[in-house]
Amino acid sequence: MADNKDSIKNVIGMALSVCLVSAIIVAGSAVSLKPMRLANKEQDRNKNILIAAGLFQPGVTKEAQIGELFREFELRLVDLDANRLLTLDESSALGIDLSKYDQRRASKDPDLSMALATKEDIASIGRRAQYSVAYLLKKDKQIDKIVLPIHGYGLWSVLYGFVALENDFNTVIGITFYEHGETAGLGGEVENPRWKNLWIGKEIFDADGQVALTVVKGAVNPASKTLVHEVDGLSGASLTSRGVQNLIAFWLGEQGFGPLLKNIKG
Amino acid sequence: MSNVKEVLLAPIFTNNPIGLQILGICSALAVTTKMSVALVMCIALTVVTAFSNMLISLIRNRIPTSIRIIVQMTVIASLVIVVDQVLGAVAYDMSKQLTVFIGLIITNCIVMGRAEAFAMQNPPGISFVDGIGNGLGYSVVLMSVAAIREFFGSGSLFGIEIMPLITNGGWYNPMGMMLLPPSAFFIIGLLIWALRSWKTEQVEAPEYEIGGHTALSQS
Repeated sequence: MADNKDSIKNVIGMALSVCLVSAIIVAGSAVSLKPMRLANKEQDRNKNILIAAGLFQPGVTKEAQIGELFREFELRLVDLDANRLLTLDESSALGIDLSKYDQRRASKDPDLSMALATKEDIASIGRRAQYSVAYLLKKDKQIDKIVLPIHGYGLWSVLYGFVALENDFNTVIGITFYEHGETAGLGGEVENPRWKNLWIGKEIFDADGQVALTVVKGAVNPASKTLVHEVDGLSGASLTSRGVQNLIAFWLGEQGFGPLLKNIKG
Repeated sequence: MSNVKEVLLAPIFTNNPIGLQILGICSALAVTTKMSVALVMCIALTVVTAFSNMLISLIRNRIPTSIRIIVQMTVIASLVIVVDQVLGAVAYDMSKQLTVFIGLIITNCIVMGRAEAFAMQNPPGISFVDGIGNGLGYSVVLMSVAAIREFFGSGSLFGIEIMPLITNGGWYNPMGMMLLPPSAFFIIGLLIWALRSWKTEQVEAPEYEIGGHTALSQS
Protein backbone atom coordinates (compact mmCIF):
# COMPACT_ATOMS: atom_id res chain seq x y z
CA MET A 1 0.00 0.00 0.00
CA ALA A 2 2.84 2.30 0.86
CA ASP A 3 4.03 2.46 -2.73
CA ASN A 4 0.78 3.93 -4.10
CA LYS A 5 0.18 6.46 -1.33
CA ASP A 6 0.75 9.23 -3.85
CA SER A 7 -1.97 7.99 -6.20
CA ILE A 8 -4.75 10.47 -6.87
CA LYS A 9 -7.24 8.10 -5.26
CA ASN A 10 -5.24 8.02 -2.05
CA VAL A 11 -4.68 11.79 -2.03
CA ILE A 12 -8.41 12.45 -2.26
CA GLY A 13 -9.33 9.65 0.13
CA MET A 14 -6.77 10.75 2.69
CA ALA A 15 -7.78 14.42 2.45
CA LEU A 16 -11.45 13.55 2.93
CA SER A 17 -10.91 11.16 5.83
CA VAL A 18 -8.56 13.53 7.69
CA CYS A 19 -11.12 16.33 7.28
CA LEU A 20 -13.98 14.10 8.41
CA VAL A 21 -12.22 12.83 11.53
CA SER A 22 -10.98 16.34 12.45
CA ALA A 23 -14.44 17.80 11.94
CA ILE A 24 -16.01 15.16 14.20
CA ILE A 25 -13.43 15.78 16.95
CA VAL A 26 -13.76 19.59 16.78
CA ALA A 27 -17.55 19.53 16.60
CA GLY A 28 -17.75 16.96 19.40
CA SER A 29 -15.62 19.03 21.77
CA ALA A 30 -17.42 22.24 20.85
CA VAL A 31 -20.86 20.77 21.50
CA SER A 32 -19.98 18.91 24.68
CA LEU A 33 -18.20 21.87 26.28
CA LYS A 34 -20.74 24.47 25.21
CA PRO A 35 -22.81 24.54 28.45
CA MET A 36 -19.66 25.16 30.51
CA ARG A 37 -18.45 27.87 28.18
CA LEU A 38 -21.80 29.63 28.24
CA ALA A 39 -21.95 29.51 32.05
CA ASN A 40 -18.44 31.00 32.18
CA LYS A 41 -19.43 33.70 29.73
CA GLU A 42 -22.45 34.71 31.75
CA GLN A 43 -20.41 34.78 34.96
CA ASP A 44 -17.84 36.96 33.20
CA ARG A 45 -20.55 39.31 31.94
CA ASN A 46 -22.00 39.67 35.43
CA LYS A 47 -18.52 40.26 36.78
CA ASN A 48 -18.03 43.07 34.27
CA ILE A 49 -21.29 44.71 35.34
CA LEU A 50 -19.99 44.60 38.90
CA ILE A 51 -16.59 45.98 37.88
CA ALA A 52 -18.21 48.83 35.95
CA ALA A 53 -20.26 49.73 39.03
CA GLY A 54 -17.12 49.59 41.18
CA LEU A 55 -18.45 46.73 43.30
CA PHE A 56 -15.93 44.13 42.26
CA GLN A 57 -12.24 44.74 42.85
CA PRO A 58 -10.27 42.32 40.64
CA GLY A 59 -7.81 40.40 42.79
CA VAL A 60 -9.53 41.50 45.99
CA THR A 61 -13.10 40.28 45.72
CA LYS A 62 -13.52 36.54 45.38
CA GLU A 63 -15.04 35.05 42.21
CA ALA A 64 -17.44 33.09 44.38
CA GLN A 65 -19.04 36.33 45.55
CA ILE A 66 -20.11 37.35 42.05
CA GLY A 67 -23.53 35.75 42.31
CA GLU A 68 -24.16 37.25 45.71
CA LEU A 69 -23.04 40.75 44.71
CA PHE A 70 -24.96 40.57 41.47
CA ARG A 71 -28.23 39.94 43.31
CA GLU A 72 -28.07 43.51 44.62
CA PHE A 73 -28.91 44.78 41.16
CA GLU A 74 -32.46 45.37 40.06
CA LEU A 75 -32.83 44.41 36.42
CA ARG A 76 -35.23 46.49 34.39
CA LEU A 77 -36.12 46.37 30.75
CA VAL A 78 -35.57 49.61 28.86
CA ASP A 79 -37.82 50.53 25.95
CA LEU A 80 -35.51 52.52 23.71
CA ASP A 81 -38.39 53.75 21.54
CA ALA A 82 -40.57 54.98 24.41
CA ASN A 83 -37.45 55.99 26.39
CA ARG A 84 -38.55 54.63 29.72
CA LEU A 85 -37.92 51.80 32.16
CA LEU A 86 -40.62 49.18 31.91
CA THR A 87 -42.08 47.77 35.09
CA LEU A 88 -41.48 44.11 35.82
CA ASP A 89 -45.13 43.36 34.96
CA GLU A 90 -44.77 45.03 31.59
CA SER A 91 -41.65 43.09 30.71
CA SER A 92 -43.21 39.79 31.70
CA ALA A 93 -46.27 40.75 29.64
CA LEU A 94 -43.88 41.04 26.67
CA GLY A 95 -42.74 37.52 27.45
CA ILE A 96 -39.17 38.60 28.14
CA ASP A 97 -37.23 36.93 30.93
CA LEU A 98 -34.90 39.69 32.11
CA SER A 99 -32.08 37.47 33.32
CA LYS A 100 -32.04 35.62 30.01
CA TYR A 101 -32.75 38.50 27.61
CA ASP A 102 -30.28 38.41 24.73
CA GLN A 103 -29.97 41.87 23.25
CA ARG A 104 -27.52 40.61 20.68
CA ARG A 105 -30.04 38.17 19.28
CA ALA A 106 -32.83 40.75 19.49
CA SER A 107 -30.73 43.17 17.41
CA LYS A 108 -30.87 40.69 14.53
CA ASP A 109 -34.61 40.04 14.82
CA PRO A 110 -36.61 42.38 12.56
CA ASP A 111 -39.57 42.25 14.98
CA LEU A 112 -37.48 43.38 17.93
CA SER A 113 -35.13 45.84 16.32
CA MET A 114 -34.90 48.58 13.76
CA ALA A 115 -32.39 49.33 11.05
CA LEU A 116 -30.38 52.48 11.62
CA ALA A 117 -29.90 55.09 8.95
CA THR A 118 -26.24 55.59 8.04
CA LYS A 119 -26.26 59.05 9.59
CA GLU A 120 -27.63 57.82 12.90
CA ASP A 121 -25.47 54.74 13.03
CA ILE A 122 -22.31 56.28 14.48
CA ALA A 123 -21.37 53.10 16.32
CA SER A 124 -21.60 51.07 13.04
CA ILE A 125 -23.90 48.44 14.50
CA GLY A 126 -26.46 48.34 11.67
CA ARG A 127 -29.50 47.50 13.77
CA ARG A 128 -30.59 48.50 17.26
CA ALA A 129 -32.84 46.37 19.44
CA GLN A 130 -35.96 48.01 20.84
CA TYR A 131 -35.31 46.68 24.30
CA SER A 132 -32.22 46.71 26.42
CA VAL A 133 -31.59 45.87 30.05
CA ALA A 134 -30.53 48.41 32.66
CA TYR A 135 -28.97 47.27 35.93
CA LEU A 136 -30.01 49.48 38.80
CA LEU A 137 -28.54 49.80 42.26
CA LYS A 138 -31.01 51.46 44.58
CA LYS A 139 -30.60 53.30 47.83
CA ASP A 140 -33.73 54.34 49.76
CA LYS A 141 -35.83 53.33 46.73
CA GLN A 142 -34.00 55.89 44.58
CA ILE A 143 -31.66 54.91 41.77
CA ASP A 144 -28.12 55.30 43.09
CA LYS A 145 -26.17 53.79 40.23
CA ILE A 146 -27.17 52.64 36.78
CA VAL A 147 -25.22 50.23 34.57
CA LEU A 148 -26.01 50.23 30.86
CA PRO A 149 -24.90 47.78 28.16
CA ILE A 150 -23.04 49.36 25.24
CA HIS A 151 -21.56 48.03 22.05
CA GLY A 152 -20.09 49.30 18.83
CA TYR A 153 -17.53 48.67 16.15
CA GLY A 154 -13.84 49.23 16.86
CA LEU A 155 -11.20 48.33 14.31
CA TRP A 156 -11.76 44.61 13.73
CA SER A 157 -14.74 43.72 15.81
CA VAL A 158 -17.76 44.77 17.79
CA LEU A 159 -16.81 45.69 21.35
CA TYR A 160 -19.32 44.72 24.02
CA GLY A 161 -19.20 46.40 27.38
CA PHE A 162 -20.91 48.28 30.14
CA VAL A 163 -20.84 51.82 31.40
CA ALA A 164 -21.95 52.70 34.92
CA LEU A 165 -23.22 56.17 35.84
CA GLU A 166 -23.77 58.00 39.13
CA ASN A 167 -27.26 59.13 40.10
CA ASP A 168 -26.73 62.44 38.31
CA PHE A 169 -26.84 60.24 35.15
CA ASN A 170 -23.79 62.07 33.86
CA THR A 171 -20.71 61.11 35.89
CA VAL A 172 -19.00 57.85 34.91
CA ILE A 173 -18.39 55.33 37.69
CA GLY A 174 -16.65 52.90 35.43
CA ILE A 175 -16.51 51.30 32.00
CA THR A 176 -15.64 47.74 31.01
CA PHE A 177 -15.45 45.71 27.85
CA TYR A 178 -16.02 42.00 28.23
CA GLU A 179 -15.89 40.88 24.63
CA HIS A 180 -13.99 42.16 21.63
CA GLY A 181 -11.59 41.04 18.95
CA GLU A 182 -9.23 43.99 18.87
CA THR A 183 -5.46 43.51 18.52
CA ALA A 184 -4.01 42.24 21.77
CA GLY A 185 -1.65 44.83 23.26
CA LEU A 186 -3.01 47.70 21.14
CA GLY A 187 -6.80 47.94 20.80
CA GLY A 188 -7.04 45.09 23.28
CA GLU A 189 -5.85 47.54 25.92
CA VAL A 190 -9.51 48.59 26.32
CA GLU A 191 -9.37 45.91 29.00
CA ASN A 192 -6.41 47.51 30.76
CA PRO A 193 -7.50 48.52 34.28
CA ARG A 194 -5.21 51.56 34.19
CA TRP A 195 -6.97 52.90 31.10
CA LYS A 196 -10.39 52.09 32.46
CA ASN A 197 -9.52 54.03 35.62
CA LEU A 198 -9.07 57.17 33.49
CA TRP A 199 -12.83 57.13 32.89
CA ILE A 200 -13.82 57.39 36.53
CA GLY A 201 -15.37 60.79 37.28
CA LYS A 202 -15.57 61.88 33.65
CA GLU A 203 -18.81 63.52 32.58
CA ILE A 204 -20.73 62.36 29.53
CA PHE A 205 -22.92 65.39 28.79
CA ASP A 206 -22.08 69.06 28.40
CA ALA A 207 -24.24 71.89 29.79
CA ASP A 208 -26.64 71.61 26.82
CA GLY A 209 -27.21 67.92 27.43
CA GLN A 210 -25.26 66.82 24.36
CA VAL A 211 -22.80 63.91 24.54
CA ALA A 212 -19.44 65.63 24.91
CA LEU A 213 -17.21 62.76 25.96
CA THR A 214 -14.27 62.32 23.63
CA VAL A 215 -11.38 59.90 23.50
CA VAL A 216 -8.55 62.20 22.47
CA LYS A 217 -5.52 61.17 20.46
CA GLY A 218 -2.55 60.79 22.77
CA ALA A 219 -2.74 62.13 26.29
CA VAL A 220 -5.26 64.61 27.63
CA ASN A 221 -3.96 68.15 28.08
CA PRO A 222 -4.43 68.84 31.82
CA ALA A 223 -5.07 72.52 31.03
CA SER A 224 -7.91 71.68 28.66
CA LYS A 225 -11.20 73.47 29.32
CA THR A 226 -13.15 70.34 28.54
CA LEU A 227 -10.89 68.12 30.67
CA VAL A 228 -13.88 66.58 32.42
CA HIS A 229 -15.10 65.19 29.08
CA GLU A 230 -11.75 63.90 27.81
CA VAL A 231 -10.09 60.50 28.09
CA ASP A 232 -6.62 59.54 26.82
CA GLY A 233 -6.65 57.55 23.60
CA LEU A 234 -5.03 54.14 23.45
CA SER A 235 -1.60 54.45 21.93
CA GLY A 236 -1.27 52.55 18.68
CA ALA A 237 -5.02 52.07 18.50
CA SER A 238 -6.56 55.23 17.08
CA LEU A 239 -9.41 53.38 15.39
CA THR A 240 -10.34 51.38 18.47
CA SER A 241 -10.25 54.62 20.50
CA ARG A 242 -12.50 56.30 17.96
CA GLY A 243 -14.80 53.28 18.05
CA VAL A 244 -15.11 53.60 21.82
CA GLN A 245 -15.87 57.31 21.51
CA ASN A 246 -18.50 56.56 18.84
CA LEU A 247 -20.21 53.84 20.79
CA ILE A 248 -20.44 56.11 23.84
CA ALA A 249 -21.86 58.86 21.62
CA PHE A 250 -24.39 56.45 20.17
CA TRP A 251 -25.57 54.67 23.31
CA LEU A 252 -25.81 57.80 25.42
CA GLY A 253 -27.16 59.84 22.52
CA GLU A 254 -30.62 60.25 21.02
CA GLN A 255 -30.90 56.72 19.61
CA GLY A 256 -29.57 55.15 22.79
CA PHE A 257 -30.18 55.77 26.46
CA GLY A 258 -29.85 59.59 26.29
CA PRO A 259 -33.58 60.46 26.37
CA LEU A 260 -34.23 57.78 29.02
CA LEU A 261 -31.59 59.27 31.30
CA LYS A 262 -33.14 62.71 30.89
CA ASN A 263 -36.59 61.28 31.63
CA ILE A 264 -35.61 59.53 34.85
CA LYS A 265 -33.59 62.52 35.94
CA GLY A 266 -36.88 64.43 35.59
CA MET B 1 15.14 2.82 26.51
CA SER B 2 18.11 5.17 26.51
CA ASN B 3 16.79 6.37 23.17
CA VAL B 4 13.50 7.44 24.75
CA LYS B 5 15.36 9.29 27.47
CA GLU B 6 17.50 11.06 24.92
CA VAL B 7 14.52 12.05 22.78
CA LEU B 8 12.78 13.38 25.87
CA LEU B 9 15.67 15.23 27.45
CA ALA B 10 17.79 16.40 24.51
CA PRO B 11 15.41 19.23 23.50
CA ILE B 12 15.62 20.72 26.99
CA PHE B 13 19.22 21.94 26.76
CA THR B 14 21.27 20.34 24.01
CA ASN B 15 18.74 20.78 21.20
CA ASN B 16 16.41 23.38 22.61
CA PRO B 17 13.72 24.44 20.12
CA ILE B 18 14.02 28.12 21.07
CA GLY B 19 17.70 28.21 22.01
CA LEU B 20 19.19 26.23 19.14
CA GLN B 21 16.50 25.83 16.53
CA ILE B 22 15.20 29.41 17.12
CA LEU B 23 11.60 28.31 16.69
CA GLY B 24 8.52 29.63 18.45
CA ILE B 25 9.97 33.00 19.36
CA CYS B 26 6.78 34.95 18.62
CA SER B 27 4.70 33.50 21.43
CA ALA B 28 7.71 33.62 23.74
CA LEU B 29 7.57 37.41 23.44
CA ALA B 30 3.84 37.70 23.86
CA VAL B 31 2.85 35.57 26.82
CA THR B 32 5.79 35.93 29.18
CA THR B 33 4.81 38.94 31.29
CA LYS B 34 3.22 36.70 33.91
CA MET B 35 4.39 33.24 34.97
CA SER B 36 0.88 31.85 35.42
CA VAL B 37 -0.08 32.78 31.85
CA ALA B 38 3.20 31.42 30.51
CA LEU B 39 2.63 28.14 32.37
CA VAL B 40 -0.79 27.63 30.78
CA MET B 41 0.71 28.41 27.38
CA CYS B 42 3.51 25.87 27.99
CA ILE B 43 1.07 23.16 28.99
CA ALA B 44 -1.15 23.89 25.99
CA LEU B 45 1.79 23.84 23.59
CA THR B 46 3.25 20.65 25.07
CA VAL B 47 -0.09 18.86 24.81
CA VAL B 48 -0.60 20.00 21.22
CA THR B 49 2.93 19.09 20.13
CA ALA B 50 2.79 15.66 21.77
CA PHE B 51 -0.58 14.68 20.37
CA SER B 52 -0.03 16.14 16.91
CA ASN B 53 3.26 14.25 16.71
CA MET B 54 1.55 11.04 17.79
CA LEU B 55 -1.42 11.38 15.43
CA ILE B 56 0.66 12.39 12.44
CA SER B 57 3.06 9.56 13.11
CA LEU B 58 0.14 7.10 13.24
CA ILE B 59 -0.92 8.01 9.70
CA ARG B 60 2.56 8.86 8.38
CA ASN B 61 2.67 5.92 5.97
CA ARG B 62 -0.65 6.90 4.42
CA ILE B 63 -0.05 10.67 4.09
CA PRO B 64 0.50 11.53 0.42
CA THR B 65 3.69 13.57 0.00
CA SER B 66 1.93 16.20 -2.09
CA ILE B 67 -0.54 17.22 0.63
CA ARG B 68 1.44 16.30 3.75
CA ILE B 69 1.78 19.89 5.03
CA ILE B 70 -1.96 20.47 4.72
CA VAL B 71 -2.73 17.20 6.48
CA GLN B 72 -0.35 18.18 9.30
CA MET B 73 -1.96 21.60 9.55
CA THR B 74 -5.44 20.09 9.74
CA VAL B 75 -4.45 17.76 12.56
CA ILE B 76 -2.66 20.55 14.45
CA ALA B 77 -5.48 23.05 13.93
CA SER B 78 -8.09 20.58 15.20
CA LEU B 79 -6.04 19.91 18.32
CA VAL B 80 -5.57 23.61 18.97
CA ILE B 81 -9.31 24.24 18.66
CA VAL B 82 -9.97 21.45 21.14
CA VAL B 83 -7.41 22.89 23.58
CA ASP B 84 -8.97 26.33 23.16
CA GLN B 85 -12.44 24.93 23.86
CA VAL B 86 -11.26 23.06 26.95
CA LEU B 87 -9.52 26.18 28.31
CA GLY B 88 -12.65 28.25 27.69
CA ALA B 89 -14.64 25.71 29.69
CA VAL B 90 -12.33 25.11 32.64
CA ALA B 91 -10.10 28.20 32.87
CA TYR B 92 -12.09 31.04 31.36
CA ASP B 93 -10.05 33.89 32.85
CA MET B 94 -6.84 32.32 31.63
CA SER B 95 -8.21 31.82 28.13
CA LYS B 96 -9.27 35.47 28.09
CA GLN B 97 -5.77 36.57 29.05
CA LEU B 98 -4.17 34.39 26.41
CA THR B 99 -6.62 35.78 23.83
CA VAL B 100 -5.39 34.95 20.35
CA PHE B 101 -2.19 33.26 21.42
CA ILE B 102 -3.83 29.88 22.02
CA GLY B 103 -5.15 30.01 18.49
CA LEU B 104 -1.70 31.02 17.31
CA ILE B 105 -0.22 27.74 18.59
CA ILE B 106 -1.26 26.57 15.12
CA THR B 107 1.37 28.80 13.62
CA ASN B 108 3.97 28.01 16.27
CA CYS B 109 6.89 26.69 14.29
CA ILE B 110 7.76 24.12 16.95
CA VAL B 111 4.57 22.09 16.43
CA MET B 112 4.82 21.99 12.67
CA GLY B 113 8.61 21.65 12.75
CA ARG B 114 8.49 18.54 14.93
CA ALA B 115 5.65 17.03 12.90
CA GLU B 116 7.61 17.43 9.67
CA ALA B 117 11.07 16.64 11.01
CA PHE B 118 10.35 13.87 13.49
CA ALA B 119 6.84 12.44 13.39
CA MET B 120 6.88 11.80 9.64
CA GLN B 121 9.82 9.39 10.04
CA ASN B 122 9.27 7.79 13.45
CA PRO B 123 6.72 5.52 15.14
CA PRO B 124 3.93 7.04 17.28
CA GLY B 125 5.30 6.24 20.74
CA ILE B 126 8.66 7.91 20.29
CA SER B 127 7.03 10.80 18.38
CA PHE B 128 4.79 11.44 21.36
CA VAL B 129 7.87 11.55 23.62
CA ASP B 130 9.59 13.88 21.18
CA GLY B 131 6.57 16.21 21.37
CA ILE B 132 6.69 16.20 25.17
CA GLY B 133 10.45 16.81 25.10
CA ASN B 134 10.20 19.77 22.74
CA GLY B 135 7.28 21.13 24.71
CA LEU B 136 9.46 20.94 27.82
CA GLY B 137 12.34 22.65 26.03
CA TYR B 138 10.00 25.46 25.03
CA SER B 139 8.64 25.55 28.57
CA VAL B 140 12.08 25.87 30.18
CA VAL B 141 12.87 28.95 28.10
CA LEU B 142 9.38 30.43 28.41
CA MET B 143 9.24 29.97 32.17
CA SER B 144 12.72 31.45 32.72
CA VAL B 145 11.87 34.46 30.57
CA ALA B 146 8.53 34.86 32.37
CA ALA B 147 10.21 34.53 35.78
CA ILE B 148 12.72 37.28 34.95
CA ARG B 149 10.06 39.55 33.43
CA GLU B 150 7.51 39.12 36.19
CA PHE B 151 10.13 39.43 38.96
CA PHE B 152 11.64 42.67 37.67
CA GLY B 153 8.55 44.01 35.95
CA SER B 154 5.94 43.40 38.64
CA GLY B 155 8.01 42.40 41.68
CA SER B 156 6.19 39.10 41.96
CA LEU B 157 6.40 35.43 40.96
CA PHE B 158 3.21 33.55 40.02
CA GLY B 159 1.33 36.62 41.21
CA ILE B 160 2.79 36.31 44.72
CA GLU B 161 4.44 39.54 45.75
CA ILE B 162 8.17 39.16 46.40
CA MET B 163 9.30 42.79 46.22
CA PRO B 164 6.55 45.19 47.37
CA LEU B 165 5.96 47.89 44.75
CA ILE B 166 6.15 51.60 45.48
CA THR B 167 2.59 51.96 44.17
CA ASN B 168 1.47 49.53 46.87
CA GLY B 169 3.47 51.25 49.59
CA GLY B 170 6.63 49.13 49.21
CA TRP B 171 10.13 50.06 48.05
CA TYR B 172 10.53 48.48 44.62
CA ASN B 173 10.21 50.67 41.54
CA PRO B 174 9.26 48.21 38.77
CA MET B 175 11.14 48.17 35.47
CA GLY B 176 8.42 49.08 32.99
CA MET B 177 10.68 47.89 30.18
CA MET B 178 10.33 44.31 31.43
CA LEU B 179 6.61 44.35 30.69
CA LEU B 180 7.14 45.38 27.07
CA PRO B 181 7.77 42.78 24.35
CA PRO B 182 11.33 43.93 23.46
CA SER B 183 12.62 42.89 26.89
CA ALA B 184 11.79 39.27 26.02
CA PHE B 185 14.00 39.63 22.95
CA PHE B 186 16.94 40.73 25.07
CA ILE B 187 16.35 38.05 27.68
CA ILE B 188 16.09 35.30 25.07
CA GLY B 189 19.23 36.65 23.42
CA LEU B 190 21.10 36.56 26.72
CA LEU B 191 19.79 33.05 27.46
CA ILE B 192 21.00 31.81 24.08
CA TRP B 193 24.37 33.43 24.75
CA ALA B 194 24.56 31.75 28.15
CA LEU B 195 23.50 28.39 26.70
CA ARG B 196 26.09 28.56 23.94
CA SER B 197 28.87 29.56 26.31
CA TRP B 198 28.01 26.47 28.35
CA LYS B 199 27.55 24.10 25.40
CA THR B 200 30.08 25.49 22.96
CA GLU B 201 29.25 22.89 20.27
CA GLN B 202 26.04 24.89 19.62
CA VAL B 203 27.98 27.90 18.38
CA GLU B 204 27.54 28.22 14.63
CA ALA B 205 30.49 29.02 12.41
CA PRO B 206 30.30 32.65 11.27
CA GLU B 207 28.89 32.92 7.77
CA TYR B 208 31.28 35.70 6.84
CA GLU B 209 34.28 37.49 8.30
CA ILE B 210 34.50 41.22 8.46
CA GLY B 211 37.41 42.27 6.25
CA GLY B 212 39.87 45.01 7.14
CA HIS B 213 39.30 48.62 6.05
CA THR B 214 36.54 47.82 3.59
CA ALA B 215 34.89 51.14 4.23
CA LEU B 216 38.05 53.03 3.23
CA SER B 217 38.71 51.08 0.06
CA GLN B 218 35.20 51.79 -1.20
CA SER B 219 35.44 55.53 -0.87
